[in-house]
Amino acid sequence: MTALELAAGRAGFSPRRVGALILRYLYLMRGSWPRLLELAYWPMLQVVMWGFISRFFVTNSSWVAQAAGVLLGAAMLWDVLFRSQLGVSVSFLEEMWSRNLGHLFVSPLRPYEFVIAITVMSLIRTVIGLMPAALIAIPLYHFSIFDLGLPLIAFFANLMVTGWAIGIAVSGLILRYGLGAETFAWVAVFAISPIAAIYYPVSVLPAWLQTVALALPPAHVFEGMRALMFEHVFRWDHFFAAAGLNALLLGAAAGIFLFAFGRARRLGKLMQVGE
Amino acid sequence: MDTVIQIQGLTKRFDAALAVDAISFEVPRGSTTALLGGNGAGKTTTLSMLLGLLLPTAGAIRVLGEDMLRHRHRVLPRMNFSSPYVEVPRRLTVRQNLTVYGHLYGLDRVGERVAALARDLDMVDLLARQTGKLSAGQRTRVALAKALINDPAVLLLDEPTASLDPDTGDWVRGYLERYRARTGATILLASHNMAEVERLCDTVLMLRAGKIVDRGSPAELIARYGRHNLEEVFLDIARDRPRVRTAAQ
Repeated sequence: MTALELAAGRAGFSPRRVGALILRYLYLMRGSWPRLLELAYWPMLQVVMWGFISRFFVTNSSWVAQAAGVLLGAAMLWDVLFRSQLGVSVSFLEEMWSRNLGHLFVSPLRPYEFVIAITVMSLIRTVIGLMPAALIAIPLYHFSIFDLGLPLIAFFANLMVTGWAIGIAVSGLILRYGLGAETFAWVAVFAISPIAAIYYPVSVLPAWLQTVALALPPAHVFEGMRALMFEHVFRWDHFFAAAGLNALLLGAAAGIFLFAFGRARRLGKLMQVGE
Repeated sequence: MDTVIQIQGLTKRFDAALAVDAISFEVPRGSTTALLGGNGAGKTTTLSMLLGLLLPTAGAIRVLGEDMLRHRHRVLPRMNFSSPYVEVPRRLTVRQNLTVYGHLYGLDRVGERVAALARDLDMVDLLARQTGKLSAGQRTRVALAKALINDPAVLLLDEPTASLDPDTGDWVRGYLERYRARTGATILLASHNMAEVERLCDTVLMLRAGKIVDRGSPAELIARYGRHNLEEVFLDIARDRPRVRTAAQ
């Protein structure tokens, strides 16, 4: 039996197929310096701007003065969420723009392998995009996000997963409604930004909106970050709440994507999608 | 000769439109079969269902003995396809595209396979070029290379020589003949090109409005309709003209 016939008989998950797709996105990134530049451009701009705003507030706000990096840290963590969602959506859109979904899904690639590949790419894009911003904040504003220590990993992971969930759900919508729904990829995450408690505590919101905010993982992450920076405690309750809500969100997003994929197969959209 | 593709009562309905209407056919191993019909006859829809890109409303599809609706991933590594409607990504180089697909199909020694295919398809000098910057004929070669990357036992081709000049079209047809002779692959193609079908195919399935309205070898169909070539037969069927009554009937 040849290797190909053995492969034919394999029914399960294949890291190699996931790797093949990641290789495709890395080739795309490598072949276009504007894409690489774009990854780092906005996060760096955000950090520069929020750095100056922080400097101003340190001398004009007793709240910010207690933890000078709170706004910069929030800006960086918000970008984790945004970049994570965009990383998933852009990889998916690459396949729509290049009319490649038909080729991909007549290969042995499974839908869940495709989703894993675009989430891994999202991680790579987020790290490439945010690392320069995190590093320039150190000499410019004497703020290092890495000083958060191990809790940074918890915040980062939770926000990444939220971004993946939104990105996967948006990809499902685009699969279902075509490139007319592409705008969701760029704006969906901003729908939750007013209640994500990024730059202000949840307590600022009206009581009924606080309930909504705390039903979403980002509010717990940002509350957790502020607790760490102001009170120097890691709030496990916020961590577990964010992780639990993320599990639900990710499950719902996977359901939306698989439903949209099934619907696309019923309507014949996998062959038709494109610009 | 055993059967590689078995289609039974295959039906696809899009809302009120019946795109494929309870068709049944079999394709023997090592043969080339054509789905022939006008625009909207159901050729591409049938191919899409065979590949699993489109779910049928009713019917059964078996490829290489497997039920495609339930176990298509057991068969997909041994199938491949090419269609002018599904492009090979334009922004990657030819080598990068073929490398990605080689890994997706789980090949060993992908680099060697890409190099061998490039020699075989006379496209060594295209490997480093961006796919989107190639001419239509060159892109067709790349699409064919992608379709052959896994040495498929079952090859589905949707209009394999559409928009090609006669020379390139002839080259592609010649290559497909040699490929089938060398590997014993089974080929199912949808085409509007009658000369292509006459040259390549053992069996022709004539489709109209989602139904198979006639079938046979090109020579049998030409004789049955009392015509000189397949194009005339195609026009008879497309215009719903009755076939010539033969002694056997």
